[in-house]
Order: sequence, then C-alpha cells, then structure tokens
Amino acid sequence: MIAEKKISKTLLDVEQIRNDFPILHQLVNKKPLIYLDNAATSQKPLTVINAINNYYTQYNSNIHRGAHHLAHLATEAYENARKTVAQHINAAEKEVNFVRGTTEAINLVAATYGRKFITKGDEIIISALEHHSNIVPWQMLCEEKGALLKVIPITDDGEIIFEEYLKLLNEKTKIVSVPYISNALGTINPVKEIIAAAHKAGAIVFIDAAQALPHQKVDVKELDCDFWGFSGHKVFAATGIGILYGKESLLEQMPPYMGGGEMIKNVTFEKTTYNELPYKFEAGTPNIEGGISLGAALNYINNIGLDKISAYEHELLEYGTEKLLEIDELKIIGRAKNKSSVLSFLVGDILPYDLGVLLNEQGIAIRTGHHCCQPLMNRLGIEGTCRASLAFYNTFEELDELVKGIKKAVTILK
Amino acid sequence: MSKPISEIENELAEEFDLFDDQMDKYEYIIDLGKKLPPLAPQYLQDDFLVKGCQSKVWLHAYIEGDRIFFEADSNSSITKGIIAILVRVFSGQKPSEIINNPLAFIDRIQLRSHLSSQRSNGLTAMIQRMKTYATAFA
Ligand SMILES: Cc1ncc(COP(=O)(O)O)c(C=O)c1O
Repeated sequence: MIAEKKISKTLLDVEQIRNDFPILHQLVNKKPLIYLDNAATSQKPLTVINAINNYYTQYNSNIHRGAHHLAHLATEAYENARKTVAQHINAAEKEVNFVRGTTEAINLVAATYGRKFITKGDEIIISALEHHSNIVPWQMLCEEKGALLKVIPITDDGEIIFEEYLKLLNEKTKIVSVPYISNALGTINPVKEIIAAAHKAGAIVFIDAAQALPHQKVDVKELDCDFWGFSGHKVFAATGIGILYGKESLLEQMPPYMGGGEMIKNVTFEKTTYNELPYKFEAGTPNIEGGISLGAALNYINNIGLDKISAYEHELLEYGTEKLLEIDELKIIGRAKNKSSVLSFLVGDILPYDLGVLLNEQGIAIRTGHHCCQPLMNRLGIEGTCRASLAFYNTFEELDELVKGIKKAVTILK
Repeated sequence: MSKPISEIENELAEEFDLFDDQMDKYEYIIDLGKKLPPLAPQYLQDDFLVKGCQSKVWLHAYIEGDRIFFEADSNSSITKGIIAILVRVFSGQKPSEIINNPLAFIDRIQLRSHLSSQRSNGLTAMIQRMKTYATAFA
C-alpha cells in the first residue's frame, strides 16, 4: 500500500528533494525529525541558503545608490529577484513591492489605499476564515474611519457560503479581503469568483495569498485581483521578506506608506517628490538578502514544477486524511471539497497542546492552538486544533509515523 | 502533618530516576495529574486562573492552623501532572517554608528541561502564584 503510494503518479523524487533541505536530516528527542508545521513556516533548500551566503561572502552592498562594482551586483541580484517574482505571479515589475511579509502587505494597503479612499459608512468584507493579520488592520481602519467590517460566514466544513457573500456586497462595499487558502483548515477559496462579484459591486479585492504560493501556480492577472500579499518564509525563502502586488493604476493613486530613503525623487525642506513605482513603497534600505532568497526559492520550486508539487501534495493529503480517520475519535476539522495539504484535527476531548507535546517527544513537529484564527475557532465552537501542514518534502512514511505517534500519545493521555 | 519538603523532594527524585524514556516520564506525570483530587467548581473561575500558561490552570489555596493547602486543576493533562507535583511538594507546608524554598527538586527531576520555554514560563507562573499565596498567608 505504502510502497505503491511511494511510486507516486506525480514522478516527484522526494528522496532527492529531501537532500536539498539540510535541516530535515536531524534527530529531535532521539527520533528523526518529522516536520509538519509548514503552514507556520517552510524549511529552506540549499540553493536559498547558498544565495544568502553568496550575497554576504561575495557582493554585500547597499542597492540603488553606489557607483561601485559590489553595488551593481547587489542591485542587479535584488532587481532580478523582483523580476522572478513578477514572472512567477504574472505581474509587471513595477507592481511588485518588496515588504516584510503578508502582514505588512495588508497593513500597507489599509494604511494608504484605505486611509485615502475609505469614508464613514463604507463597508469592508472579510471572511470567517481569516488569520488575525487579515482582520486587525481592517478593524483599525474601520475604527478610524467609522466604516463597517462585514464577515462572510462559512459552513461547518469550513467553506465560504458564496450566496451569503453575494448578499453582503452592495454599493457601500469598498474592499473585500479574503485568504486564497485558509492556514488553519486548508480551504481553498473560489477567489476568482469572489473577485468577479466584488468588481461587479464596485469594490476592490485584496487576496491574502500567504498559504497559496507554496502549493500551487498563481496568476494575479488571470484572477484580476487588485492587491495580493504573501510571505517569503512560507515559500521556502528567508523570513522578513514578502511581496505586495498591486495593480499599477491603484498603486499610483496611493500615498506613500513610510517616508525615507529610496522612496523619494527629490527632497527639500519645503517639499518632497516621491519616487516612482515600485520604489515609492520601499523606504529605507530593504532586506536585500531576503529579496534575493525569494528569487532563489521561486526558481527552485519552478524547477521542480508547481503542477507536480500540487499533485503530490494532494496525494499526501488524501493519504493522510484516510490514515488519520482510522484513529478512534479523531475528527478532521476543515472538510472543504477544495483543500490544500493541511490536516487540522482533534482527538476526543484531548487538548491539542497535550498531543503536540507528546508528538514533539517523538520528533514530530505539528502546531497546536488557534493558529492566529480565534474568530474562526469561535465559529467552529472549539478552542484550537492540532495541525499537520504538509510540504512537498514530506512523505507517506512520515504520515504513517504521525498516525503511530498520535496513537501512542492517545494511549498515554486517555 | 506533611513530610518535610526535602523528604518529598527525595521521593520524587527517586521516582523519576526510574525512567530513561521521555514518553514513560510523561506518562508518569500525566498519571500523577489524574490522581489529583478535583477542584471544587467555584474555583474553576477566571479569578483563580494562573496567567502565563498556554493551557489553563486554576489554583486555590487555604490555610489550616499554620499550614497552607493547595488545590488545583488544568484543562491539560500534562500541566495537571506538573501541578500535581507542585501540590505534592507544597501542600500542607508552612508558608515560610514555601517562600524560602529554592525549588531544587525542579532541576533534580529535570522538570524544566523537558518543557518548552512557553511551558517553562507557565511553570514559573504557577510557582510564583503559590509563593504569592504563601506570602499572603504568612
Ligand atoms: C493566511 C495567512 N495570512 C497571513 C499570515 C501572516 O503572515 P506573516 O506573519 O508572514 O506576515 C499568515 C501566516 O501565518 C497566514 O497563514
């Protein structure tokens, strides 16, 4: 059964791929590490680690300002990374803004576009699936402007109720901001339809794509989304780097976010003119090695092929779901029809935290708790879940070990 | 009358010496928790919650004669076991003994080393709360 699964239809050579990730080859609590916390952050392949290493050992320099050799190299590498990102998501380079991560991307749009265009009585729509990062910035904006935050309800399976969404849309709706994929449950939302409906109502759409980039091909133009944010660290690049994509026409209308170096064209004490896109939103010396690492990471997954990655992860998800359900009293939380490789679950009345501790003792890393989605947990009537979130370097054997580990923990806890 | 703290500590250390396997040790801790007498419902309230734990811990104390007694509960089986250990050491002691106790047993049974920093903070918070009770009753 397992061996059969291993010769997976996707032709992904996982053994070979695992060799690219040095961190995976270690013992934790005397057991081989099984890393199943990829939705929190992903591990980094050697090419990414080497890209950062090369930057510091060969051409560290500030970008866009030096006339010297190293500055040229650093600028070129950073801008090449921007090009890679642009191609990857199908955007123009000037629409690709380097930020710290998804959280900053959302805050940036709320603080610039939001401050400029949202007025009293306007409505902003989010969903019940939201990560706190896609709640709090909009809440802050609503409070400041006297606008209203509306929430698209979900089914018990964790799917957005589309008809309810349509009912929420009206002429007062200015912004819709939803996740492409839910970090806590793995639900893949019908973002294309969500965007089309919002546009019809005259609203713009922000897609929180934090959980989409590691798992599937994406195309901002095809979706016709207005804003889009993701974090490098979840897509096999460094921490502290991420992307805000925005349609050029919208970014042009927005005031700058932070003031400082890089984002200016001309400064006098009387007046400053701002730099053009994408530099307008990139004040100060950026995370240069982070940007470079992101380019390297996207090249890496593109070399493997995102279609293969998606297909393989889907096999993992189906296998894991089936195996987990063999455990007594285990309940999968989040049963959307269209789902990415996230296994959220509860076993009887066992506190997720206890299970997490005992899995850790067996070298298995999962996340337990509310996953930064307290309103979602409230909606589901639970305090949290155990979450095993998978990447393409995970294996069927690791899922077998997870199941064994849970069974062992449950015997102790019962 | 309770045994002196030092004696209880020795007993605990001996019991924990029996285990080389972490999972066995956890099993033992969890079993200690299962044996902890239940906490009366009026104490399962936010006023008795110990801050700083990822799991919930409720702690109540009362004085009888010159001795302080602790009762506790948790929604986590592991945390409950850890509290059971603390209760076993501290309950029935004189407040001054608790306040001045250097807590050597925690290192001797390597309680902290298996705890992540989050849980270790929780442990510190529990001990702190017990010492606060002891100070209040001293
Ligand atoms: C769906 C979703 N949105 C937003 C975020 C926030 O990302 P970051 O902390 O990298 O800014 C996360 C990270 O957990 C996420 O999963």
